[in-house]
Amino acid sequence: MMRRQDLGWWLLILPAFLLMTAFYVAPIAQVLAISFTEPSPGLSNYERLFTSESVQRVILTTLRICILTTALSLLLGYVLSYRIALANPSAQRWWILAVLVPLWISVLVRAFAWVTLLRRQGLVNETLMGAGLITEPLQLVWNEFGIVVGMVHYMVPYAVLPMLASMREIDPRLLAAARGLGASRITIFAKIFLPLSLPGLLAAGVLVFIFSLGFYITPALLGGGKTLMVAEWIGLQILDLLRWGLGTMMATVLVVAILVTLAIFSRLVDMKRVFGGGGA
Amino acid sequence: MSAAGHALALQGLSKRYGSFTAVADVSLAVGQGEFLTLLGPSGSGKTTILMCIAGFVEPSEGRILLDGRDITALPPERRDFGMVFQGYALFPHMTVAENVAFPLRVRKLGAAERDAKVRAALDLVQLSAFGERLPRQLSGGQQQRVALARALVFEPALLLLDEPLSALDKKLRAELQDELKALHRRIGRTFVNVTHDQEEALSLSDRVAILNHGKLIQQGAPTELYEAPRTRFVADFLGKSNFLSGTVQEVFAGGFAIGAGATRVVTAAAEAPPLGSPALLSLRPEKMALLAEGEAAQNSVAGTIESWSYLGAGYALNVATPDFGTLRITLPSWNAPIAPREGLPVRLGWSAAASVPVLDDLA
Repeated sequence: MMRRQDLGWWLLILPAFLLMTAFYVAPIAQVLAISFTEPSPGLSNYERLFTSESVQRVILTTLRICILTTALSLLLGYVLSYRIALANPSAQRWWILAVLVPLWISVLVRAFAWVTLLRRQGLVNETLMGAGLITEPLQLVWNEFGIVVGMVHYMVPYAVLPMLASMREIDPRLLAAARGLGASRITIFAKIFLPLSLPGLLAAGVLVFIFSLGFYITPALLGGGKTLMVAEWIGLQILDLLRWGLGTMMATVLVVAILVTLAIFSRLVDMKRVFGGGGA
Repeated sequence: MSAAGHALALQGLSKRYGSFTAVADVSLAVGQGEFLTLLGPSGSGKTTILMCIAGFVEPSEGRILLDGRDITALPPERRDFGMVFQGYALFPHMTVAENVAFPLRVRKLGAAERDAKVRAALDLVQLSAFGERLPRQLSGGQQQRVALARALVFEPALLLLDEPLSALDKKLRAELQDELKALHRRIGRTFVNVTHDQEEALSLSDRVAILNHGKLIQQGAPTELYEAPRTRFVADFLGKSNFLSGTVQEVFAGGFAIGAGATRVVTAAAEAPPLGSPALLSLRPEKMALLAEGEAAQNSVAGTIESWSYLGAGYALNVATPDFGTLRITLPSWNAPIAPREGLPVRLGWSAAASVPVLDDLA
């Protein structure tokens, strides 16, 4: 039996619950439904996963870019976090500010900034040609290279935050103890620091990978319409080609992929680390 | 484990941080197989000295010698010293056995030899059954013993202990003190311990070095420090003490007498300050007795009981005296000659040897 006080609490969250259901859960359910009903009822849209080369190409491209982005963001983020974690407290504040500032700049602005830097007459190509290192401008943007550059730039702060949190939990005395017991710097890193920062590394990996899977603006701008990732492809199907069934099928696949990733990683790491647990 | 003690010497060791002097010109020698304790209040520089010995802190001046060899510039990982950190610093992601095996793995020992040594080290600290546990599954006392095993397993030249018992409750601390002492006897290695706990220092050490404000104040065997403190700080920090101040009135063979108001106190001392100069005597509360009617003693002073408390094993009385302020005296409760009561007039008596002249370094 529910006690009266409990009922009161439930009534308090009821408006939020109704709002979420009406504007969030219901449309997603509808998307799911459309993928099975348009253009004809059945599994025909999902059949495309196995038969259509273009569908498979989009998925493979997306996975390739996401894995590459995640790997590079983790590598850069780990080095950065390591540097920050071992810095003195006042230097740490400046480092963290420097990591967070890009987060406050619109993703659109940042994507355009990369376009101006990387395009044929951009700063990078002009400099390289001016220095005589290349004779023809390099194709740095409107391909996978450009997308990965832009995405890594966007993702590094998201990689740094969970890793830094887990590195800060490492007791510096453990590193001193290892040194006192005769371990070299490399051994201390490999046997003590790395294993103890592993939960943060995994958490950062999940976060960046999931963000990357559904990333829209940066790939759309830096891919120039030539390299399609899942989110842009869905937009194209629904908005331009009006193939609702195919678009919603891919959207469903994306949601399922994210849930599966979370399910796998929740067995490996404490998910509170990824999303910041309340008061834990 | 073989008995292979090494000798350590500090020569003119100093450490400055900017304008702050943490350690000022400390020279100390630790003999082979000796148990030395660095004792001092927080901020006395004792931990800095230990960190210099371990190699984590680079001294501003002075040298550190191991068996006569200068090791001042050697990094900690090449000193081969075992160290038990404050809070133990056990690796939380490794089992007890892996923790103990760590220094052996680093030294690339063969698996068979490594396993044998780990087993021997865990036997030594009576934790053989706990090898597969993680550190967080152990109690504080067990963790402390794992830290000891890890620090001893590679047969270090020296064992350094940084407040090894401070995280434990009182009863466990006493138990582990006995264990640590027995361990030191059994393996015969040189131990250097840091603590702020005077009881621990007295009960464990062969020799104690007392530090204050980065300076070495006095060093010696525990009994020597307790019975013959050289300064007021030592007498006050090591145990409890009353202080009697007066001026030198008379010098005789083997001692002198001071006077304060109408009271005269004699002391036994090899050297005496000049007549008429101020002098300070330290007097331990347990070295006084209550004198019966007409009973004589080398020194005696009358007063009234100001306050008292019962401590189980004894009574502590605060006795107000006209010339020395309030004196604290402890009596064993099983044969206390009186039932203490506030306002009761008493006479305190003690021998000349009990009042020890000390330098007033707190003035």
